[in-house]
Amino acid sequence: MDFTFSEDQLLFQDSVRGFLVNEISPERLRAGWETDTGRDPALWQQFAELGLTGITVPEEHGGLGMDAVDFVLLAQECGYVALAEPLVNHALVAVPLLQDIGGELAARWLPLAATGEARIIAAVEQNLMVEDAHVADLLLLEREGQWFALEQGQFSCERSESIDPGRRLYTVTVPAGAAPIADGERASALRSASLNRGALGCAAQALGLAQRMIDLSVQYTAERKQFGKAIGSFQAVKHHMANVAVRLEYAKAPVHRAAYAVAEDAAGAALAVAQAKLMACEAANLAAKNSIQVHGAMGYTWEVDLHIFMKKAWALANTWGDAGWHKQQVAAVIFADGAALGAGATFQ
Amino acid sequence: MQLAFTEQQQAFRAEIRSWLQANVPAQTLQTFDTEEGFQQHREWEATLNQGRWGMVTWPEALGGRGCDLIEWLIFEEEYYRAKAPLRVNQNGIFLLGPTLMEYGTEEQKARFLPAMAEGRDVWAQGWSEPGAGSDMAAIRSTAQLQGDKYIINGQKTWSTRAVWADWLFGMFRTDPDSERHRGLTFILVPLNTPGITVRPIPQLDGLPGFAEIFFDNVEVDVSNRLGDDGAGWAVAMATAGFERGLMLRSPARFQETARRLVELYRANEASASHDPQIRDAVMRAYLDAESYCLSTYQTACRLSQGGKIGAESSTNKIFWSELDQNMHATAMSILGARAELLPHAPAAEGVGTWLDGWLFSQSGPIYAGTNEIQRNIIAERMLGMPR
Repeated sequence: MDFTFSEDQLLFQDSVRGFLVNEISPERLRAGWETDTGRDPALWQQFAELGLTGITVPEEHGGLGMDAVDFVLLAQECGYVALAEPLVNHALVAVPLLQDIGGELAARWLPLAATGEARIIAAVEQNLMVEDAHVADLLLLEREGQWFALEQGQFSCERSESIDPGRRLYTVTVPAGAAPIADGERASALRSASLNRGALGCAAQALGLAQRMIDLSVQYTAERKQFGKAIGSFQAVKHHMANVAVRLEYAKAPVHRAAYAVAEDAAGAALAVAQAKLMACEAANLAAKNSIQVHGAMGYTWEVDLHIFMKKAWALANTWGDAGWHKQQVAAVIFADGAALGAGATFQ
Repeated sequence: MQLAFTEQQQAFRAEIRSWLQANVPAQTLQTFDTEEGFQQHREWEATLNQGRWGMVTWPEALGGRGCDLIEWLIFEEEYYRAKAPLRVNQNGIFLLGPTLMEYGTEEQKARFLPAMAEGRDVWAQGWSEPGAGSDMAAIRSTAQLQGDKYIINGQKTWSTRAVWADWLFGMFRTDPDSERHRGLTFILVPLNTPGITVRPIPQLDGLPGFAEIFFDNVEVDVSNRLGDDGAGWAVAMATAGFERGLMLRSPARFQETARRLVELYRANEASASHDPQIRDAVMRAYLDAESYCLSTYQTACRLSQGGKIGAESSTNKIFWSELDQNMHATAMSILGARAELLPHAPAAEGVGTWLDGWLFSQSGPIYAGTNEIQRNIIAERMLGMPR
């Protein structure tokens, strides 16, 4: 039993955090909202140089050959800066999916994914919208039980705007006559695996978002004075933030366990992921609720940065399976006859 | 990361499982808040000790097994699975025992630890006073050093198990000119010493689960002092440290409650479905109990690799106490009109022990530092918010 990350994994997290926090300021995010694509090729190039675009690509295709356990801490950091680039989808969902699909498609695209020359995006039926379809060099899309591999230019997409200006959401139309690359049971297995990975990515980012909202709130309430004192010294304000810290603290281990279950392709992965996503998104939603409260009227403005993280947290809670969908996964297991519950069942 | 038990850990689990199967009393013991039940639980401690299962984390030389935290969690899982009796001497073996090992003299260890392990000495705590609850540094009970004796005067209260316990450990003000957490001393007091009056306090269930204790010129030998004179606060903080907290409220307890809650819900699904919130609350109980388990394992693994426990550990008590309250509240909702019935009442079929658990869960957010105090600690020490 070893529920820890290796020193290398923690060092990688540290260095990526340093890079992201330096590079991706709220000002840079805001500037990105005003551009055509909302995405920054220069930043993607930097990710490639750091090895991030190829982190989950097998070594024989030029990547680092890492897995979900290696990546989960980095996904948390992506959440912490509200990263707009589709790195989590690319590295945690699309690249592993491409490996599962295998064959010529994988052989052709995995090396391009590793070098960052191609951004690969995956989406399943569960996602109402396809995120970042507009910048996908290759889109792996599941619709009505069939998977399609579509290159940019081979599909049309229509943008639907989100309240989160950092998100780019599209309704994708699969061209008539497109040949599916998988259907039937195989498609359904790919779909389950992708849903697990996508939901894990949301959960990990939610942890980072919640932490960022705590940090912003702690900083703001230390500066803002009323009645001659920093409002952060008042217990009513402290307890709002302490409540977030409690929920966040107990959402972390479920997310890390889910990463392990996904990496190991464990039988209980869907349950582990559902638990992780429910716990982490609940923590992030509570962080949003209590953070706007302690920011007072400033929290309700466009000017203060809190909303960048708050809106992303709201959105992720309903992406890659909303709470209802994940609760169904939990219910299917725990309310079944002969369910393994209780003391000693957790790691069975 | 490797989330599977080693062969050695699995063997350990099998060993405790089979011992418990052979030794856990077939008939549930009476509550230890009655005199007879207290005696039954004392005997159970002796049985555990004979099997060397009483204090598995204690060193082998002291009758333990030198278990690490992971083995401790496994032990607890099997213990709760087997529905083994609650630990009447948990104040002693989990709180005072490790503190004695750290601060006690060789003579003190020899004198107190074996008797504690065998269930001969059951220990009560003496922290709170009428004027010192959340504000523990406001302790006013005094212990005045005269020759080789401390003369104790004052009053302690909310002392759990004190009605039938043999000994009390607590803090007393030895420097009359001192203030707050300075000038306090940690002293071990035999409860049969002349000058001590123990007045039972009935709890919500009507039973005397705790007591107030009056000290009227009580003479205690100076050899009963644990740590240095005036160093009581540091000794007490060690007693209340995280690992001890983990030992008192290991996840197995809450996972078993969650499991029973799922069973209760399924057995009463037709009526429980009238309130759609119940199903969600049952799921939440399962998720939170599992998360508590996962977090505890993660922390235990980190500590066993030399990691340090940080201020985030203060989130622990809020999480389990609210979880326990929520689970029992859900059980009460499922039981509906039967929820208020005492277990032996003629119409109480199927109510189990939920009412008892519900009552006890009300104390969780209060004892061992109220949850409001915990929230202050989290905000100030973990998040760095201003005092």
